[in-house]
Amino acid sequence: MKAKPLKKLIYHIFVGGFAVLLLYPVVWLIVSSFKQSEKIFLTAESLIPKPFTIANYGQGWEGFGDYGFDTYITNTTIYVVLVLIGHLISCSLIAFGFARLKFAGRNFWFAIMIMTLMLPYEVVMIPQYIIFSQLDWLNSYKPLVVPAYFGHPFFIFLLVQFIRTIPRELDEAATIDGSSVFGIYYRIILPLIVPALATTAIFTFYWTWDNLLGPVLYLNSPGKYTVSMALRMFLSNETVSNWGAMFAMSVVSLIPVFVIFFIFQRYVVEGISTSGLKG
Amino acid sequence: MQSSMKQNLWGYLFIGPFIIGFLAFTVIPIFASLYFSFTSYNLFTAPEWIGFDNFTKMFTDDARYLHSLKITFIYVFAGVPLRLAFALFVAMLLNTASRAVGFYRTLYYLPSLIGGSVAVAIMWRNIFGDEGIVNLALSTLGLDPIRWFGDPTAALWMLIFLSVWQFGSSMLIFLAGLKSIPQSYYEAASVDGANFLQKFVKITIPMLSPVILFNAVMQTISAFMTFVPAFIISKGTGGPLDGTLLYSLYLFMQGFEFFHMGYASAMAWVMLIIIGILTSIIFASSRFWVHYESEGGR
Repeated sequence: MKAKPLKKLIYHIFVGGFAVLLLYPVVWLIVSSFKQSEKIFLTAESLIPKPFTIANYGQGWEGFGDYGFDTYITNTTIYVVLVLIGHLISCSLIAFGFARLKFAGRNFWFAIMIMTLMLPYEVVMIPQYIIFSQLDWLNSYKPLVVPAYFGHPFFIFLLVQFIRTIPRELDEAATIDGSSVFGIYYRIILPLIVPALATTAIFTFYWTWDNLLGPVLYLNSPGKYTVSMALRMFLSNETVSNWGAMFAMSVVSLIPVFVIFFIFQRYVVEGISTSGLKG
Repeated sequence: MQSSMKQNLWGYLFIGPFIIGFLAFTVIPIFASLYFSFTSYNLFTAPEWIGFDNFTKMFTDDARYLHSLKITFIYVFAGVPLRLAFALFVAMLLNTASRAVGFYRTLYYLPSLIGGSVAVAIMWRNIFGDEGIVNLALSTLGLDPIRWFGDPTAALWMLIFLSVWQFGSSMLIFLAGLKSIPQSYYEAASVDGANFLQKFVKITIPMLSPVILFNAVMQTISAFMTFVPAFIISKGTGGPLDGTLLYSLYLFMQGFEFFHMGYASAMAWVMLIIIGILTSIIFASSRFWVHYESEGGR
């Protein structure tokens, strides 16, 4: 009995200490963003910015050239919201079809959908690029946003699994009350799958906010850049060694990710634990 | 009772968007990509049929390709097992009744949460810089600093460390798996005098094996397609000396820097085949080590 508190203490020191070690790079990034650029690597070992400055944030926010960081934030936000709306509408409709409606070929299409889950993007990347260039969609957000309105296999699968846990008696009761098929989707199922829709929304946000390959392929003019691309632009101008501004904007780009995570932590953890969504 | 005609109509109305998207963004591109892989195509003039030349060139006449394939294999086969081992280790540490577990779980998941972002790749680049904190720590420990950007092998390991650092989502899946193992198994084993290692090998690993299989497959596929960290950390070059030229990055360069669309398509198909083979091997091996409870054991 006596050894227990000591054992507990050792556990917490070990597990906590290990966590601190892992998160040290992130803390270092945040702290460095408050140091003067020329001091970041001279005082790399110190976690106390001396002198403390927020000048990096001002400089980074101005961006370079013609556009400030606010432009990139706005672009990315619009991009994320459009994809989010697309995923929520299309995935819930499609998932309802697969989970609740009986029609010829249902199992076939479901199997096809599961197969597309495994398909590497690289295989379709080049022809997609050619198709979108033929449509004259290059240097616009259309190639990045439009596909979202045709469903996403991960989220369809997640929603199908969730809808299957809802008792069918609810649908039947609604049918007897004269509800149409669309009415069942809209009035019965949709309100009940809000938790799964939340998971869909959160992961859509993460993947879209961080997406780099899509924007690199399709956006050329700096005025249309996303936050990820702006950061990459900072990096390629690193020769000016304005690390402070680059670090500051890196921190800014992570803030929404952290905020969403801390608000919706439960959905994130459950989403990964139960469906294996990669975070 | 609805007629089956009407049922079919409703069904296809709902899944219609998926079918249209599947045809437009998957089926047509897949066949186009297969066709391009047998052509020489630069996006500006019509594709020219060259048979298997792209594939022959890859394996006989493109040292850079073979190098890229080799380092991608190193990246996958060093990174994925390390990441899974790490994830399992931390999951076991956190599989206790302590009330602080939720808090620790959050902390350990954070690297995984932000891992895919450009910001983290930039951060990684800087902590491994010549004057970065990794070298600072090495010299504090009395070791020689490593020039991470001067040596291709060191640069590749820098990428592997980044992927191991993001073990969080595998850890969460393992943790959920561990929680579903009945405590009574361990208690019974303790009564029989089993030590920690015996319990780990005889109970934890077999009970967790379906989850390990799932993680191994998913992580192998996604590791093979890794792009962003290599792209950012090497500033799009795959350097130093092609040390970080992962498969996806080389494919991207072939396609969108050299405009060898045919060659890049062929590379994508080889990638698909390799991923298919890897996945089949993992699944085929699974009957020797994956234990499914519902079958009452093997």
